[in-house]
Amino acid sequence: MSTTETTTSRSRGKAPAGERVADWADGRLGIYSLAKANMRKIFPDHWSFMLGEVCLYSFIIIILTGVYLTLFFHPSMNEVEYHGSYVPMQGQLMSEAFSSTLHISFDVRGGLLIRQIHHWAAIIFLAGMFVHMMRVFFTGAFRKPREINWLFGFLLFVLGMFTGFTGYSLPDDLLSGTGVRFTQGAILSMPIVGTYISMFLFGGEFPGGDFVARFYSIHILLLPGIMLGLVVGHLILVFYHKHTQFAGPGRTNKNVVGMPLLPVYMAKAGGFFFLVFGVIAALAGIASVNPIWAMGPYRPDHVSTGAQPDWYMGFAEGLVRAMPGWEINFWGHTLVLGVFVPLVVFGLFLGAIALYPFIESWVTGDKREHHLLDRPRNAPTRTAFGVAWVTAYMIMLIGGGNDIVATHFHLSINAVTWFVRIGFFAGPVLAFIVTKRICLGLQRRDKDKVLHGRESGIIKRLPHGEFIEVHEPLSQEQLHTLTAHEQYKPLEIGPTVDVNGVERKVKGSEKLRAKLSKAYFGDDSQIAKPTVEEYKEITSGHGHH
Amino acid sequence: MKKLSARRRHPLAAVVVLLLALACTGGLYAVFAPADKAQAEETAQSLTIEEGKKLYTVGCASCHGTGGQGTSDGPSLVGVGAAAVDFQVATGRMPAATSQGAQVPRKKNIYSQAEIDQLAAYIASLGAGPSIPTEEQYGPGGADIAKGGELFRNNCAQCHNFTGKGGALTHGKFAPTLEGVDPKHIYEAMQTGPQNMPSFPDTTLSEQNKKDIIAYLNAVNSDETVNPGGLELGGLGPVSEGLFGWIFGLGGLIAIAVWVAARTAKAKKS
Amino acid sequence: MSSQDIPEENLPAEQDTTHGAVTVADEKHPFADPGLPPHEHRIQDIDERAARRSERAVALLFTVSMLATIGFIASFVAIPHDKSIFVFPIGHINAMNFALGLTLGAALFCIGAGAVHWARTLMSDVEVADDRHPIEASPEVKAKVMADFRQGAKESALGRRKLIRNTMFGALALFPLSGVVLLRDLGPLPGTKLRHTLWSKGKLLVNMNTNEPLRPSDVAVGSLTFAKPEGLEEHDHDFQTEIAKAALMIVRLQPDDIKDKRELEWSHEGIVAYSKICTHVGCPISLYEQQTHHVLCPCHQSTFDLSDGARVIFGPAGHALPQLRIGVNDEGYLQALGDFEEPVGPAFWERG
Repeated sequence: MSTTETTTSRSRGKAPAGERVADWADGRLGIYSLAKANMRKIFPDHWSFMLGEVCLYSFIIIILTGVYLTLFFHPSMNEVEYHGSYVPMQGQLMSEAFSSTLHISFDVRGGLLIRQIHHWAAIIFLAGMFVHMMRVFFTGAFRKPREINWLFGFLLFVLGMFTGFTGYSLPDDLLSGTGVRFTQGAILSMPIVGTYISMFLFGGEFPGGDFVARFYSIHILLLPGIMLGLVVGHLILVFYHKHTQFAGPGRTNKNVVGMPLLPVYMAKAGGFFFLVFGVIAALAGIASVNPIWAMGPYRPDHVSTGAQPDWYMGFAEGLVRAMPGWEINFWGHTLVLGVFVPLVVFGLFLGAIALYPFIESWVTGDKREHHLLDRPRNAPTRTAFGVAWVTAYMIMLIGGGNDIVATHFHLSINAVTWFVRIGFFAGPVLAFIVTKRICLGLQRRDKDKVLHGRESGIIKRLPHGEFIEVHEPLSQEQLHTLTAHEQYKPLEIGPTVDVNGVERKVKGSEKLRAKLSKAYFGDDSQIAKPTVEEYKEITSGHGHH
Repeated sequence: MKKLSARRRHPLAAVVVLLLALACTGGLYAVFAPADKAQAEETAQSLTIEEGKKLYTVGCASCHGTGGQGTSDGPSLVGVGAAAVDFQVATGRMPAATSQGAQVPRKKNIYSQAEIDQLAAYIASLGAGPSIPTEEQYGPGGADIAKGGELFRNNCAQCHNFTGKGGALTHGKFAPTLEGVDPKHIYEAMQTGPQNMPSFPDTTLSEQNKKDIIAYLNAVNSDETVNPGGLELGGLGPVSEGLFGWIFGLGGLIAIAVWVAARTAKAKKS
Repeated sequence: MSSQDIPEENLPAEQDTTHGAVTVADEKHPFADPGLPPHEHRIQDIDERAARRSERAVALLFTVSMLATIGFIASFVAIPHDKSIFVFPIGHINAMNFALGLTLGAALFCIGAGAVHWARTLMSDVEVADDRHPIEASPEVKAKVMADFRQGAKESALGRRKLIRNTMFGALALFPLSGVVLLRDLGPLPGTKLRHTLWSKGKLLVNMNTNEPLRPSDVAVGSLTFAKPEGLEEHDHDFQTEIAKAALMIVRLQPDDIKDKRELEWSHEGIVAYSKICTHVGCPISLYEQQTHHVLCPCHQSTFDLSDGARVIFGPAGHALPQLRIGVNDEGYLQALGDFEEPVGPAFWERG
C-alpha cells in the first residue's frame, strides 16, 4: 500500500497546485469518481426548467440574510420603552422583538436592506415554488420515477409556508400579531385538543410571553433544518434521475439532450444565482416590504383593517373568510365548524395536488419510466384538473383579500364574499370543462397541422376565382415533435364471465378505475393522433391539386 | 340715614354725588359695554345666519327640509353643530348627488370658506352642537406623535388602516383614506361622526388625544412622509406586496430565465 | 394494484423503437425521429470580431460589478443612515437603503449577466446527448440483494427468537414517550382560564384613551368608546394577556332601538358594553357603523348587530359577542355588574 502511495505522489509531484489539491481531496473523498459521472452531466435548456433554480437561490439568499438578522434580533417579549431613532414610536411600550426589529430597520446600517431582501426573497421563494410545482404538474414530470421528488417538493412548499408564517410573526408587530391571534383561534377550534395545544404552544393564555422565542427556534432552526435536508435530497434526485425534456428531434425517453454542466451550466446556473440575488437586492432597495414601523407594536386590543397574511397563506385566509359561521353545541361541547372546516379543507386541498400523481398512475396502470414531458394539451384531463385546482386556489386568494378587492373595485365586501363562496365550487368545474375543450381544440389543430401543413398566410387565387390559403407541409422535425406523444386507450373491464362460464366478481375499485380511465382517455377526452395511413392518404391526395 | 339726609346740603355733597355718579357710570359701562359689543356681534351674526339660511334654502333644503328638520331624503340637522357642516360641505360630501351609492363620497367642494361659515352659522343656530375647531386645537403644537399613534391604532386603524389608507365596511360602505385630508376636517370628523363613522366626543377622546392623532397622521401619511424602505405599494400590507413580488419579482426572474435558457442566435439567421 | 391487471394493449407502444439510429423519413415512417439537427454556428463561432465584442461585453459587465461594489462600500460609509431623499416616482425614501440596494443589486446582477453572456456566446453550444439507464436494478442484482437480506435476517435470528423481537419493539415504542412527557411544562392546563376575565362586580369602566373612569354622560349616542377594567395598567406585566380578554367596546343606543330584551336589561340608559374580541378567532372587532349599529371584524368580516344582542348577521363567527352587564355606582361612574357570563373570544371544544 505504502509503495503505491509513494509512487503516485512522486509521479504527481510535478503537477500544478490545483491538481495536487484535487489529488489530496480525491485520496480522502473520492472526488474523481464523483466528477467522472457529474462534471459533464447534461442539462436540457428550457426557461421553465430554471424555475426550480429560482427557488433554490432564493432559499440560499434567505438563509444568508436570515443569519445576518439573527445577529441583531432579540427574540424576546419583554416589554421595553422605545428610544431609538424612529420618531413616531418614541416612548411607546413594545416587546423587545419589535424594538430590535425597529433597531435593525433604522439604526443598523444596511439592516433595513437585509430585512427587505429576506422578506422579498421569501415571497419570491414561495411564488417560485408554486410556479415550479405547476410546471412539473402540467408537463407530467411527476410521473415515475419522480414521484418521491414530487413529494419532497410538495413538502418544501408546505414547510416554506409555515417557515414564512413563523418568520412573519417574529417582529411582534400589530399585523403579524393579528395573524398569530388568528392561528390561536384556529387551534382553539380543534375538537377536544384545541385548548390544550393552544396552552402548550403559547405557554398559557394568548399572547403570553413565550411565543416569539418559540416561533424563533421553529423559524430559524427546526423548519429550515428540515427544509435544507429536503432540498439536498431533492437535488440529489434531480441529478440521479437526470432532467426531463420535451420531445423533439433526437430527444427520446432514453436520452437527455443539452449542454454539459462544465462549463455551460456552471456559468449559466452560477450566473443565474447572481441574477436572482441581484434582482431581489434591487427590489429591496426600491420597494418597501412589511414596514413594521407603520403598523406599530402588537396589542391584542388593537387592530387594523386590511389584516392579511403574506400571499402564500392567502388562500387559507380566503377559506376562513368565506366559510359561514357554523357552530354546533351538544352535550356541553362546542364544535366550531366555522373555523375547523376551513382548517380541514386547507389540508385536503393541498393534499389533493400532492396525491394526484399516485391517482393518475393508478388510473393509467403505467409502470414505465417517463422522461419525456407532456405538452399540457396532450393530457387534457390532467391539465383540466390542474387548472381547476389553480382556479380554486386563486378564488380563495381573492377571498383572502376580499376587503382590498372591495375597496379598490368599489364593490360590496359581502358581494365579494358571496362570489368567493359560490366561485369556490363553480369556478373549478367551469375551469375544468373549459380547459379540457381548449386542450382538445389544440390537439385538433396539431392534427390538422400534421395532416395539412402549416398555414402559410399566402392567399392564392385559383383559376376559377376561388381563394385558398397555401398550406406548407411541415418539416420532418415538426412532424415528429407533433406526433411524439403517447396516447392511452381507455381501460375495459375484461369479460365478466371466464372461459368456463363462471361469473367473475368485478370489484368496485375496478369499476371505478375503468370509469376514470374512460374519463381520461375516452373519445371525449383525447383526439386520436394522426396515423401514418391518414397522413399518406392526404399527402398523396394533395399531389393532385 | 338721618345723618345722610342731614348732610345733603353739605358743600361737598355735590362732589360726592358726582364721584358716585362717575363710579356708577364707569361700573355700568363696564357691565354694559361688552353687552353692547355682543349685541353688535349678534347683529353681524344674525346677518351671517341670514346669508347662511339663503344658501341653505338653495343647496340643502330639498333634502334636509326648509328648517333643517330633515326629510326622508336627509337627516335632521338640528343640533349637529357648525363642525359637522364645515366637514360635510368643505370636503364636498354635501350637497350630495341625488342618487348615491352605499355612502356619500368625498368630492370637490363648490362653496367658499365664507359661504361654508355662513351655512355653519345657520345650522348652529338651529340647535347647539360642536363648533368649528380652531387652529390651536388641531395644530401640531404640543402634540405627542407616538401617543397619537397608539390612540390611532386603538380608535381609528380598525377602519382606516394602520396609516389611514382606508378600508372596507359592510355592503359597499368604506372608511375613506385620510391622505390629503385637512387636519381641521379630521378633527371635525372625530367630533361629529359623519355618516356611519362613530363620533369621538371630547369625553371619550380628549382634545389633546385628537391633537395627538392628527399629529401622528401628519407624520405617517402626508406628502412629506418618508417611507424608508422605498415604494409604499399603497400601504395596504401583504396583498399589494404579494402582487408586487409576483409580478416584478418572480415575473422579472422568469423573463431573465427565458434569456438565460434561450438559444443564442445562429449566424445563418442573423 | 399491480400492473398485471392492465392489459398490455392499453398502454401506448414504446415510442422510441427507433432509438439510437437516426432514421430518415420514408414511405413507411413519415413521423420518424430524424435525430438531432446538425449544429449551426453562432456568429461568435465564425467571426472573431464578434467573439471579441462578446468578450468585451462580458468584461464590461464584470467591471461594472466591481464599480458597483465600490459604490456599495462608499454609500455605506458616506451616507448618513437617517438621510432621506426624494426619488421620482418612489417618493421620500431612505437614501442609504436605496443606494445600498441598487449598488448591491447591480454588483450581483452584472456578475450573473456576465457569466450567462459568456456561456451563451463564447462557450460551446453543441448539444450533447447523454444516455439514460433504467433505474430499476437488473433481476440478478435484485436476486443478490434479496439473498443477502435473507441471509442477514436469518443470522440475526430475529424471526426465531420472538422474545427478543417483541421486547425490542416494546422498548423502541416506549422510549419516545419520555420526549412527549418532557413537553408537559410547555404550558399550563386550560382549566377555566378561558372563562374568566378581569371584570367583576363593581369594577369601573376606564376609558382607554384618557385613562379616566367613564360616566354615563361621557358616552353620547353614535359615539364609540373603548374601556378596560379599573386597575389594569399598560405597564403591568400581564397587561397583554388580560386586555386580550377584557377589552370592551361601549356604545350608546336609543333605548327604543334595542331589539333584544336581555341587552336592554344589561344596559344602562341605552349604554351597552360588549366584548371587543371577536367570537370567530379573536380579532379586536370594532368597525362600528353608528347608523346601522353593525360592527364588522376587519379580519374575516364577521358582522354583528349591536342593537340586537350582537347576534351574527354575516361572516364566519358562530355566536354573538358576549355582553357585559353594567350599571352606575354611587358616585355616578359606570361599573361592571359582574364578569362576562360566557367565555369571550373564539369558541372552543369545552365552551359548551
